[in-house]
Formats: sequence, C-alpha cells, structure tokens
Amino acid sequence: MTLSRLIAAFGAAMILTACGGEPQGRDTSGFDTEYQSVLHEALLDAQPGDVIEIPAGRFAFDRGLSLSGVSGVTIRGAGMGETILSFAGQRQGAEGLLVSNSNFFTIENLAVEDTAGDAIKITGGDGVVIRGVRVEWTRGPSTENGAYGLYPVLSRNVLIEDSVAIGASDAGIYVGQSDIIIVRNNRAEYNVAGIEIENSNNADVYGNLAVNNTGGILVFNMPNLPRPGAGTRVFDNDVHENNTANFGHRGTPVANVPAGTGILINANDDVEIFNNRLRNNRTAHVVISSGHSSGFSDLGVNEDFDPYPEGIHVHSNSYEGGGNNPDSMELQALRIMKFGPTGRMPPVLWDGYVNADLLVDGVLPDALRICVTDADVLNADGPNGYANPQVEREAFNCAHEPRQAVELEL
Amino acid sequence: MRLFLAAFIALACAACSAEPDASTPQPAFIAEGRPAALEDWGQLARRGQALVLGEGVTAYDLNTALFSDYALKLRTVWIPDGAGPAAYHETDTFDFPVGTVITKTFFYPLASGGFDQVSAQGRLEDHFDGLELNLDGLRLIETRVLVHREAGWEALPYVWDDAQRGASLARTGAFVDLTLISAARPAQSFAYAVPDVNQCAACHVTDARDGAVRPIGPRARHINGPFAYADGPQNQLARWTETGLLTGAPEPDLAPRAARWDGDVTLSGAMLDSAARAWLDINCAHCHSRTGPARTSGLYLEPWEPDGPHLGRCKPPIAAGRGTGGRLFSIVPGAPEESIFVHRLETERMGAMMPELGRSVADHEGVALIAAWIGAMSGGCN
Repeated sequence: MTLSRLIAAFGAAMILTACGGEPQGRDTSGFDTEYQSVLHEALLDAQPGDVIEIPAGRFAFDRGLSLSGVSGVTIRGAGMGETILSFAGQRQGAEGLLVSNSNFFTIENLAVEDTAGDAIKITGGDGVVIRGVRVEWTRGPSTENGAYGLYPVLSRNVLIEDSVAIGASDAGIYVGQSDIIIVRNNRAEYNVAGIEIENSNNADVYGNLAVNNTGGILVFNMPNLPRPGAGTRVFDNDVHENNTANFGHRGTPVANVPAGTGILINANDDVEIFNNRLRNNRTAHVVISSGHSSGFSDLGVNEDFDPYPEGIHVHSNSYEGGGNNPDSMELQALRIMKFGPTGRMPPVLWDGYVNADLLVDGVLPDALRICVTDADVLNADGPNGYANPQVEREAFNCAHEPRQAVELEL
Repeated sequence: MRLFLAAFIALACAACSAEPDASTPQPAFIAEGRPAALEDWGQLARRGQALVLGEGVTAYDLNTALFSDYALKLRTVWIPDGAGPAAYHETDTFDFPVGTVITKTFFYPLASGGFDQVSAQGRLEDHFDGLELNLDGLRLIETRVLVHREAGWEALPYVWDDAQRGASLARTGAFVDLTLISAARPAQSFAYAVPDVNQCAACHVTDARDGAVRPIGPRARHINGPFAYADGPQNQLARWTETGLLTGAPEPDLAPRAARWDGDVTLSGAMLDSAARAWLDINCAHCHSRTGPARTSGLYLEPWEPDGPHLGRCKPPIAAGRGTGGRLFSIVPGAPEESIFVHRLETERMGAMMPELGRSVADHEGVALIAAWIGAMSGGCN
C-alpha cells in the first residue's frame, strides 16, 4: 500500500466518523460558565486602545460576542492551547465573535471552538491582526460545522499569522472583499477550503500549511459584489493531501471544489503561484477555472462580472504525486482514457475558457495570458463540452513580471 | 374600636408602602450614563394595572413591522421641549434632535397555562387605548431605549421583572424561556433572546460609512399610516407634524408609504408584491442594503431595488454556509422550495437563519408571504 493510499484510507475513515452516527465534539461539561459575563461586559465597555486579557482556562459561552465601533482594541489570551472559548452551548448569535467597524483590532493567543456559525468575523476594519488564534470544530469535518473560521471581510490591512483553522464547512481562513492582506505561517486542515482569498486585492499568502482540506488554497471571484478581486501571490506554502471529501453545503461556492485540489484560482486575475510544495493532491495540484465552471445562472450574475482568470503565473513550484484519483466520474474517466488505469493527471488543470472578446488575431494579449512554466497543463476543453482534452505545455510558456510584495500599513 | 381600626389601616398602608403612585411619568433626557431602571427615563411606567405613557410621549406604530418571535410591540417617541422637531426625510430615518428618546416595549398576551405560556396572536390595539397599555393578561418582556445624545444614538435594553413592576438595565442581554401557544401550530418552547448593547448595533448601524447607530422604524414609509390615538384615528405623519414632532413632511398622500401587512398569506398580484417588499424592507433591509452590514452579500432588499441578481433572482450565495439549505440560488422564480430565501427564513437554526439576530422562532406567516411572492414569479433560473 502506497503512502497516498494509506492517507486516502485514513481520510475515508475520518469522513465515516464524521458522517456516520453522532460525531462528538469536545466535552465542555467542566468548562467555566461564569467567566462569559466578564468578557461580555469587557467588550461592551471597551474603550479605544483597551487590551482585554483573557486568562488561561476553558470557558463556555451561550451567546455570540460582539464589538462594534471601537478602535485599537486588543483581545489577548494566554495561548491557543491554554485559553479556550467554547461555543458548543451557543443559543444565540450567528458568530462566536463579531467585530464590526473597529479599526486596528488585534486578537491573539486563544482558541474559539464549536461556534454555531462563523467563528470570528471581522467586518469593515482598517488594521486587522489575527495572531496565534485557533478556530476549530472539534467533531472533525462535518457539514454540521459553521461556515468560516477566521473571517475578515470588507477590511483593509489584514494580517493573519501563526493561526490554526480546523473543520470549517466552508473556509478555515477566509479573507473577503478586502485590500492589502497577508496570510502567513498558518495551518489549515480538515476544512472544505483551507485558505480562501475572495474578491480581494493585494494579498500575499505564504508559509502556510494546507493539509487534508478538500481544497488547500483558493483564490476566488464571485459575482454581484462591489469589488472584483485581483492581485494575489501564493508562495512558499506546503499544500498536500487535500483529499478530504467535500462536506460543504450544496449551493455554496466551495461545494463544487473537487476533493484533491491543491491550489484553485477561480475567475480571479493577476495571481502568481510560486515556490509552493504540492504533494499528493489527488485531483490536481493547481486548478485554474472560470466562472463558467461555477454553476452560476446567467440570470443571477451582474453584467459586468468577468468570469475569466487572467494574468496568471504559475512557476517554480514542486509537485509530487497526486492527480491519481480525481474527484469526479468525468475526470476519472478522462484520467484513465488519457493516462491509463494507473496514470496521473498533470499537475495543472485548466477548464479551457477564454474571453473571445479580448483575442487579438486569435491570441490573448500577453498581460492576460495564463502562464505555467513548471508543469504540464491539462486543458479540459470545457467550451466544447470537454470533448477533446489535451495536455499542453508550449501554449502556457510565458511569464509575467513578479508581483510586488504586499506591505501592510499597520 | 374606631381608633383601633384607624391605627390598623395606617399600619396596613405602611406595610404596602404608602399609596399607589398615580402620577403621570415625567420624561427625562439623561445625557450621560446608563440609568439602571427604565422608569428613570420617564417615558413609560407601571401605574396600577397599566403601563402608561409619560407626559408628552407619543406612541406610534409601523405599517409593517419587524418580526420578533410573535411579540407585540408598543413604540414611543419623545422630544424634549425646546429641542425642536425632527426633520423629515423621504427615505432615511428622520433627523431627530439631541435629546430624543425612543422606546420599544415587547410584550405578549398570556395564553392560559401560566406566566411562561405566551400567545402568538393579538394586536397592539387590543391592549392599548392610545394612552395606556392594559396589562391584564399580558406579559411584559423587555423595553429597548434609543437615546440621541451629543455623541450619537445609544441603545439600552431593559428587561421586565417577573412581578412586572419595573424593568432593569440588561447590557449583556438576557434569555427568557417561554412557550409559544398558537391555534395554528403545536406549542413551542423557545428562548426569547434580549440583545446585548453591542448586538443592538448589529442592526442599528445601517450605514457602515459612519458607523453610527440610528433608529430604523421612524421613516416616512413606515409611519405613513393611521394610528388609533386616544382622540381617534389619525395619520401618523400628519399627527407628528401637528404636534411639533416633525417638520418638513409633505401631505401623507405625497409621502412614501410601505404596505400595511397584517399577516394575510392569501394575497396576490400587486398586493402580494407590495406586502412582500414591505416585509423584506423592515425585516432585512437594515442590513441588506448597499451601506448596511450585509452589503458583503451583494443582496440588497430595500424597496426601490429593481428586480435582478441583487434582489436575489437566481443569485448564487456568497457566504451562506449552512444557510443555503442545499439550494443553489437565493430566489428561483416560481420555486420557493428551491429558493435559499425561504430556507433561511423558515429555519430556526443559528448560523443559518435570517435575520441572524432578533428571533428564535420562524415567522410562519412571513415565510408564507415570501414563498407566495417567489411562487408568483415566472422564469426559473435556467
């Protein structure tokens, strides 16, 4: 038995545990129920610049916490293994912690577990630091889990580092509709999407470990939002064994992500993917797809939505294993047809959609091209009903200027 | 003997703490701090078997109101003498002067069976005569105060005691365990959740650009309708203008007006459309607007939003998580059972339900209204 099969078998066992019978999360019967009012009042009384220290301990909460409109607040625990806030008994609130319209907010060194919905949502902040925070659904991957773990949205100057996200039924670490973002040195595992950058600009995602998710790292654009995203670097990450069966909710954007996806770019532009170590992602290490593969209705997409991924540059990554057991009947049949019963898909999979309106003499202007210089690309030929998929290399032989490093203004 | 009796009566009166207070509450603008008791505000207070309004306090109602676990609501507004009237605005909340105090008292008719058994049926006017709320057979739950101070609006929740004599500040919110009794459905136990102070902002910060708390109800379209005052029914816009609460309002017929929806789920045509849009407006649009907290979703439910993806038509969800209910689009025209809207409104599950705060049970009639509205659309999504 190969390593990857072993891991696949282990993954399957995990899913069985999660879906069969009653998955059990952490027993919180011994948790402190008195402390919640202390933290609750500290958040209500928070003044600009306050540091709210949470001691080591295990604390139970029965309602969501929130902070609104106070700048410069820090919430600090004694460590992600020492200060544990459990929302397993939550009776009210769509998040564990909701921070809105509060600039220069820092949360660090604590854990938030088993929230009913999202774990930590931060909306409309300029200066958001999440450091050394663990968010986890302790029953393991389950459709019953909340959607997002660490969830800054509509924010600027966002730093997420040294944090851990486990078990989110959508994305473990999700930065949406934001600008100037660094996500580094985190661990995301057993989420549907490990790390996701959506409709955002100027993001650097590096030094992270994305393992055992359905998809490791996603760079997405969704329609109908005020801000189309572009400009993300994904580099120096370890992205492996992202083979957990998709446990997302039907209808959510990530529910279509095939298990075994390492890094996925969907409808986003100007994305540079380099120096990552990709291993044993059973569908493909890198997937580049358009909004045409997202299952949208033409009636439900704003007219100016650009569904095409453009200005993509994939280079200098290392690829090992993977592509051996893609997560769909169609891709599986394609694999066997093109590469034989024991063959592998190439490291990079592209759905094949190009914006015909932008072609000049039949080719895309250089700035818009998809460049892949470190691997073969399987063009799935989506526009022709997947009739004639081809492995290509030369068509992707190009390069874009390296993107500038993101600098936070904190 | 007579002397003895007089002494006894005097003693008895001392025991029951003097004579009952029959005075009219005197409203106060408290510019700072957090008064511990609702009565400190003088907006409304228990007098005998009634909750009476303070001197000069005006009760009002909305054409179609936010659903709050079937609670009935008594709303009041008061502007101190000399502070001047609120300025009319066609779409936004009126511009109330500093000193304004707005209250909303949540109460239920008691069902037979005990203090925790509350009825899902009833109307404000069954219990309120324009001056006082007759507390016979009622249970008061909470009163929320919105006060306009120099630095902006502040929200303070007060929870009524079990004796129903007064309400105390509950900044961290509260849970009140109740059982809802209705003719249409089996009894349902639920935890009525009083929001905490910060959660108030989750709905009342309707414009994230300034992050300011604002009242939601007192807008032209919501109050442009009749109210049963003690001296007879009158349009509220006209009344507010006449009594100096409001300036700059046009004749009611020229002002915007949201539909008055009374729970009728058999509407059709234009009546159905206007009722559904009024319901979405007051239940959803304080967040789901281009400036509100739910602008993250790209779903905008203000009454002037044209049909299309932003109103939900065939729109894929952005961050719904479990809220999709396994459905693909916010609205699938003609197919309410395939529409995420209906799932999120009918589920009672935290993290999936809409609105996210302010209810523990589903608004069954509201769900039926929205389902009928979607059902009457044509086209599908393919």
